[in-house]
Amino acid sequence: MRRLSHAYLGLVLAFLYLPILVMVAMAFNRSALYELPFTFDLVWFRALADNQRLLAASWNSVWIAACNAVIATFLGTLAAIAFARYSFRGKQLMQLLLFPPITIPWLIIGTSMLIFFFWTGIGRGLHAILLGHVALSLPYVIVVVGARLQSFGPTLEEAAATLGATPVQTFLRVTLPMIAPGVVTAALFAFAVSFDQFVISYFLAPPGTSTLPVEIYTAIRKGFTPEINAVSSIIIVISMGLMLAVARNYRFGGD
Amino acid sequence: MSRVDVDRVSKRYGQVIALDEVTITFADGEFFGLLGPSGSGKTTLLRAIAGFVIPDHGTIAFDGEQVESVPVHRRDIGMVFQNYALFPHLTVADNIGFGLDVRHVDRSDRERRLADLLALVRLAGFGARKPRELSGGQQQRVALARALATRPRVLLLDEPLGALDRRLRQEMQVELRDIQRETGVTTIFVTHDQEEALTLSDRIAIINEGRLVQVGAPVEIYERPRSLFAARFLGDANILRGTVVDRSTLRLADGTLIRSALPAAPVAIVRPEKIAVLPAAAPAAGNVLVGEILQAVYSGASITYRIRVAALGDEPLLAFVQSASGDVLTPGAPVLARWSPEQTIPL
Repeated sequence: MRRLSHAYLGLVLAFLYLPILVMVAMAFNRSALYELPFTFDLVWFRALADNQRLLAASWNSVWIAACNAVIATFLGTLAAIAFARYSFRGKQLMQLLLFPPITIPWLIIGTSMLIFFFWTGIGRGLHAILLGHVALSLPYVIVVVGARLQSFGPTLEEAAATLGATPVQTFLRVTLPMIAPGVVTAALFAFAVSFDQFVISYFLAPPGTSTLPVEIYTAIRKGFTPEINAVSSIIIVISMGLMLAVARNYRFGGD
Repeated sequence: MSRVDVDRVSKRYGQVIALDEVTITFADGEFFGLLGPSGSGKTTLLRAIAGFVIPDHGTIAFDGEQVESVPVHRRDIGMVFQNYALFPHLTVADNIGFGLDVRHVDRSDRERRLADLLALVRLAGFGARKPRELSGGQQQRVALARALATRPRVLLLDEPLGALDRRLRQEMQVELRDIQRETGVTTIFVTHDQEEALTLSDRIAIINEGRLVQVGAPVEIYERPRSLFAARFLGDANILRGTVVDRSTLRLADGTLIRSALPAAPVAIVRPEKIAVLPAAAPAAGNVLVGEILQAVYSGASITYRIRVAALGDEPLLAFVQSASGDVLTPGAPVLARWSPEQTIPL
């Protein structure tokens, strides 16, 4: 039984990682057509270094995802605190309205954002993409940070107040350290939501600029080159490194 | 250390009146117990003094200085919460030092105060631990030390021993009492445990439905309750109803006369431990009810009898008797229940 479950988990992981591993391997293969035998070569990384379009798009993606993570985490954390610690009229309805955007297909959200941004004069561009990504990430942040806030009642904050801590001191010394793992998780989520986002970016990108997923899509349509494998490999290494570092620093769910 | 004056304080939540014109003074250095059933308003009163509840009407003053509009963090109070509310991300030392840190007390003063407090609550050497590494009783003591660290004007305790088991609870009661005496801080604590209230308090207030039922020293309230609620909430009581015959006599439904030292009233009580249970043939003076044993519960030092008495109808008479001889009367045995007129308490 034990061996069986071992094998099963191995299969699940293989299912997840095999395509990625193949892609990474091919980034280092000389052949452009996935031909074997495998010949190690850094030719595609050199090609990538010369591909200004792909590099610019990567830079846009990282920059937007980072800004999105900061903005969405900040705004979402404040909203989560309002939901968890204060009572006001219409709170339940507002909380309920957080979830539908998660289930509405991106294609529809993207279209509606395009129309809305056009209509309000916000237009297209990196600022519009960032705005769209923040809107998309907010529900995730609020849910993740909110769950963390729910895990301890307002009593800790009340205790801090009785000890003479001002509301700001209470937030910095008690609330924030308590929700820190949730905030970091939320920021990663927001980063990932933005970094992965294709449809909205595609709709809101003006001609000439784009994000990495959009650029990869465009490149594939024009004809696949293994530079895509190369850039993807770099991204995979960076994001997995990030996740592992965070997982090491924070035992999620614990104190 | 402060005197706390609560003057005609009312608080209402929708249709529910949590506090109804409560007026009470907590003397400087007093250990005061607020006792009442759940939902009686005792916690609301404590939280109003802390500043978490803003009264609809009335005033609260520390040493004559009104505080209703002073926010919690500027009231200079210490509070121990029911589940201690220790900061799990901080060490024991940083928990206790929290109040000093937010006031930017300088390092050497902080360390000195910390050492004193750890010694006071017998936790020297535990400073570097996290709260989750401590037992319930130790956590309770950290919470107490934390609340005392800033030398608050008033110490508020919300069911402080509620989460401990019986044995530890009794130990902590003694310890709490000692620490309170040592620091001399005005202490107000909420409990629904009558034994805790009796053991710890200089004075007790019994609260019900947002109102003060009775305020007084434990002995005073126990020996001389002024209402049926106070009589039954603090201790057990046998209730005698009848008609007043003269200044010191109450006639029960069957004609039995009950004498009291105090002026008679239509309702009187007698505490179960004041009643002597005698064989039916014994000569008896004072108040005597004739009955038969319904149930006898032997618990070592004492015996609890339920006695069927015609004069009281269906309600059996409760009597706690010291088991000096070791003999236990059996159900069905005819007995006399006797007590002196001084022990009849007209309400």
